[in-house]
Order: sequence, then structure tokens, then C-alpha cells
Amino acid sequence: MNRHSNGTEALTRARRSVGGGLEPVRQRWAAAPRWARWLVYLALIVGALLLPAASLGTFMTPQSDWATVLFYPIGIYILLAIGLNVVVGQAGLLDLGYVAFFAIGGYAMAVLGTRFGWSFWEILVVGVLASAVSGLILGAPTLRLRGDYLAIVTLGFGEIVRITAQNTDYIGGPRGIAGIPHPPSLSDSEIFGVAPFKYGVLDPRPYYYMLVALIVITIIFAKRLENSRVGRAWMAIREDEDAAELMGVPTFRFKLAAFAIGASIGGAAGVVWSAKVISIIPNNFPFILSATILAAVVLGGSGNIPGVMLGAFLIAWLPERFRGFQDYRVLAFGAVLVLMMALRPEGLLPSRRRRAELAEGTGGMGSLGAEVGGPETSAPAVVTK
Amino acid sequence: MNEPAAFSEAPRPLLELRTVTMRFGGVVALNGVELIVGEGEIFALIGPNGAGKTTVFNVVTGVYQPTDGEVRFAGGRIDGKKRYAVTKLGVARTFQNVRLFHNMSALENVLVGADAHHRTGIAGAALGLPWHRHEERDGRAKARELLEFVGIPRRLEETAKNLPYGDQRRLEIARALATDPKLVLLDEPAAGMNPAEKYALQDLIRKIRDSGRTVLLIEHDMSLVMGISDRIAVLDFGEKIAEGRPVEVQNNRRVIEAYLGAPADAS
Repeated sequence: MNRHSNGTEALTRARRSVGGGLEPVRQRWAAAPRWARWLVYLALIVGALLLPAASLGTFMTPQSDWATVLFYPIGIYILLAIGLNVVVGQAGLLDLGYVAFFAIGGYAMAVLGTRFGWSFWEILVVGVLASAVSGLILGAPTLRLRGDYLAIVTLGFGEIVRITAQNTDYIGGPRGIAGIPHPPSLSDSEIFGVAPFKYGVLDPRPYYYMLVALIVITIIFAKRLENSRVGRAWMAIREDEDAAELMGVPTFRFKLAAFAIGASIGGAAGVVWSAKVISIIPNNFPFILSATILAAVVLGGSGNIPGVMLGAFLIAWLPERFRGFQDYRVLAFGAVLVLMMALRPEGLLPSRRRRAELAEGTGGMGSLGAEVGGPETSAPAVVTK
Repeated sequence: MNEPAAFSEAPRPLLELRTVTMRFGGVVALNGVELIVGEGEIFALIGPNGAGKTTVFNVVTGVYQPTDGEVRFAGGRIDGKKRYAVTKLGVARTFQNVRLFHNMSALENVLVGADAHHRTGIAGAALGLPWHRHEERDGRAKARELLEFVGIPRRLEETAKNLPYGDQRRLEIARALATDPKLVLLDEPAAGMNPAEKYALQDLIRKIRDSGRTVLLIEHDMSLVMGISDRIAVLDFGEKIAEGRPVEVQNNRRVIEAYLGAPADAS
């Protein structure tokens, strides 16, 4: 139960030395006037737009094209992590099959683009809706389960989607779909030698800019939800699902909403990604991708958007940065993950609440630590006599 | 304003339990319990440990479906309804062991209760529509008011688990009141309180009643129960063995045998 009693003295001490330090920053941020915050946001966006600069690339990814890496994996991972964070970090539901929604978005783009000749923008809307609906379809029967059971069912769902794609000839079976159209160019005009709205084959930067825009919009929505009745309901569900329901929170409906929102973000990422890569195959969507995004969320700090973005960035970037070490990079990467979780189990930039929950051993991963059972069997928890 | 509604013998019934039986496997937690709580009453439910008091709460709030019998609230049946739906109809409760959202602030805890009647959906919240902002503002104002009402106005931003125990109990009451209940179920609100806190609690319960709500109370502290209740029902082994005004219950032989006879409980 209590994590701290398991850890050795040394580990606890090491944790303490890497922990903390965030609180003063957080307080200053909370006290900062509105305009100052907007200024920071603006600076961050401008920074993100300047990131693909070649001079940065020589340091960031000496072995591969920096702008390409920025789009995939970095940008896509970040968007996926923000989406998964809604499910895992906010609502506390452990989803091990998140890649399924990415795949559904990707296949929506591929099928509608190649077979029906729809344009990217139309497909973006439809793909997002299709993913949301598939989130509802997955969630409706399974969200009555708690903790471990939900994790297993979602894991199965991720595999089902991939294997179905593999065995459906209409969408190309294991060979996937090729010739996916690029988004139509919005404008050919150039700024500083880049045509930011011209979506071609060679230049990854326009796609990256589009992704940045998508990420910004997603953050705004996610942040607003977090600070609304919806976010409160999720938090209450995470803390004490029975009490939440008895305070008038339709818990099932809100969990379903978290699933659908997370799914639609994953779907959006899928559409954008597949519109760039020309061809996709079912093996682009393996379980390990779900696990990687989950690792990004946990590593960065489940429940905290800047945290999960940092986590996703590191998880996407580090293996690229150390490409020179060949296969050892994966080993090193694994070692870093283990070390991280030992030293800072709450993540790099944890949300204050999640850290508290982890310290108590209650919140943890989804509701894995909580009591398990359906609505009926969980009832005795309320009764104490 | 302080007109006690108690002395009219038959106030309009707000909550009715009709021959409610609750069985868990072979255990009979409630056996044909009849209970009528009138509007505007402070009604206490007492009995030894394991008598089934909390089970009554759980049946009323929809945590359990009664094995037999029916539960009516404000004229309509509520057994079989979902828990959050029962809350929306106007039944709110506190818990025997405080069950706050521990890592949320006091204000947020109360806001969750207030949200029970908010309509903003996902889209409204994500887009920040005016309707949503309006609700959010109203909710906050209401939450502040309620925290003041229960007597902890200065600790809005404090994380719930960092509040002193007595304040946590008050916060739980504020959270319940935020759902705009007609009927408030308080499960041993005085447990673990010192005499001064109990005294203040007594005032608070009266204040809740005077604000137009009905209170159903489980409590072991006899001086508190006898001091504020309009009527009392006594449960023992899942059966109602007595009901009436405090004086009547105090002098009932079966009650004395089952419960009050034990000197430790008579306090």
C-alpha cells in the first residue's frame, strides 16, 4: 500500500533531492497578472514555430532531419499524450489501447482520401467524429468495469482494431493503403523561405505548423474542461467514485465523455499524421505505441498538461538524439525510464493533486489501486456497519 | 421563522419507507421497516451498532435496491433510481466516515455538489460559452455562501484533507447542501467532535431545518439527539422497535432494554 515504506532510505533521500523546486514557480505563475501569462503563452507559441530551425537541428538530432522528427514522433506524441492525459490523468481511467483511436483517425484519412476523394479538412472533421464514436462504442460496455479490468479490455480493443485492419481486404489488409493525398495547399506564399501553408512531399514544416495549431487548440479545450464542472467531476470520480455519484455526478456519463474526448484527440492526430506519410499499414499501430504514450504521460506527470507534453517530448526525442548508439539506445532509454520512476514516481512536472494521491497510494494509475468491482459489488464500501 | 413545525402531529410526509426489507445473502439488515419523515422535521434514527441505520441511508440514497418494499420521496418512488438521480430529486447525505474529495480544495468540494444542478455540457465548457461562465460564477458564489453557512468561510482554498476534523464534517455538510436538497441525511455528524463543536453542530442542524429543509439524522450522542429531534425512530436488528417524540422514546421499555439501558450509551 504505502510506497514509501517499501523504498529504502537511500531511495527516499534521492527522491527528495530530485523532488520539489516546482512550488515557488507554481505560486508565481498563479499570482502573475493575466497579460503576463498571455505573454508567456505567446512566447511559447512563437518558440514552437521557430523550433524547426536547421541550426537547432544539428544539436537536437544530428542523425536525422530535425523538422521531420519534430512532426513525427515529437509533435504527434505530444498531441497523443495530451489526449491520453484526459483519460488517464484527469478521469483516472487506465487505457492501454489508445493507439486504436490514432489508427481509426489514420484509416479514416486513408480510406476517405483515396477511395472517396474527400479533402483533408472534411476528413479531419469526420475522422475526429469517427474516433469519438468509437470511443463511445468501446466505453459504453466497458466503463462499468474498474481498474485492472478496464485496462485489459482497452488493451484488447487496441489489438482488435489493428488485427481487423490487417484482415480486411477493403482497406488493404497487411499491405495497408498507399497514395494518401496531402492536404490541399491553403496558400503558396513564402515567409522566411518557408511556405507554411503549402502541403507538399518534401517539406515537413507546414505539417509541423499545422500540428502546432492543433496542439494549441487542444490545450485550450483541455484546459477549459479541466477548470469546469467537467474537470471537477473527473477529479471527484478519481478521488471517490461512490461519493461523487452520491453528490449528483453521473459518473458513467462523465467517464464516457472522457473516453470520447481522448479518442477524438487521438483521431485528430491520426488524420494529420496519415495525411503526411502517404502510406499506412496496420503495423504502424502496435501496442507498444499505446504503451509509449502512456509512459510519456506517466513520466511527464499524469494530470498536468505541461508535464505530459514534456514527457512526450523526451520520449520521442531521446531515442532520436541517441540514434548513434544503435540498439543500445533502447537499452539506455529503458534504464532512464526505470530510474525516473524510482526517483520521481509522480513524474517530471506532476500536478499537485496527482502527487498527493500518489503519496497516499490512492490515485495511482487510473484506479488500479482502488477497490475493484461493478457498481453493485462496490456498494458495501459505502457501508461501514 | 423559528416556528417549529414539529407540533402538528402529522406534517406532510416527505420521505416514506414502506415495509422495506434489505437482505444480504442470509443476513437481514432491514426487516419490514416503516418510516415516515414529515416535511420540516428533524428526525433522528437511533439504535445500537449494526441495527441497520446506515443501511436505511443507503437504501434511501439508491446505494442499495431494497429487497422488498418501496421508498417514496415527495410522492414519487425513488427505489430503483440511480444514485445521482436521487440526489437531483433532492436527497443529499453525508457519510459516517468523512468521504470528502480529499485532494480538492474546500471550495471545489462544495462546487461538485453545486454542479448537480448545472447543465453545462462538454461543448459549453470547452468553448467557454457565456451560459457556462454564468453557471460557474453562480456556483462559486453559492459555494462561498454555504461555507459561510456551515461556519468555515475562511478556508476556501484549503485542501480538504488539511482541514481540522470538525471542519471536514462541516465541509461535508456544505457539499451536501450545495445539491439543493429537500432532505438532508446526516450520518453521525457529531462523531469525534468535542462538546463545543457538538453544541455548534446542534445549532447548524437547526439552521438547516429553519432554511426549509428536512433533516434525517443518525447519531449516537443522546443529548444531541434528544435536544434537537422532533421525532425519533429506534432500530434494533433491522427492525423498528419504537418511534415518537424524544420523551416517548426515552420512556419506552423496549428501547431501554435494547439500547438506552446500556449505561455507556446514555451519556
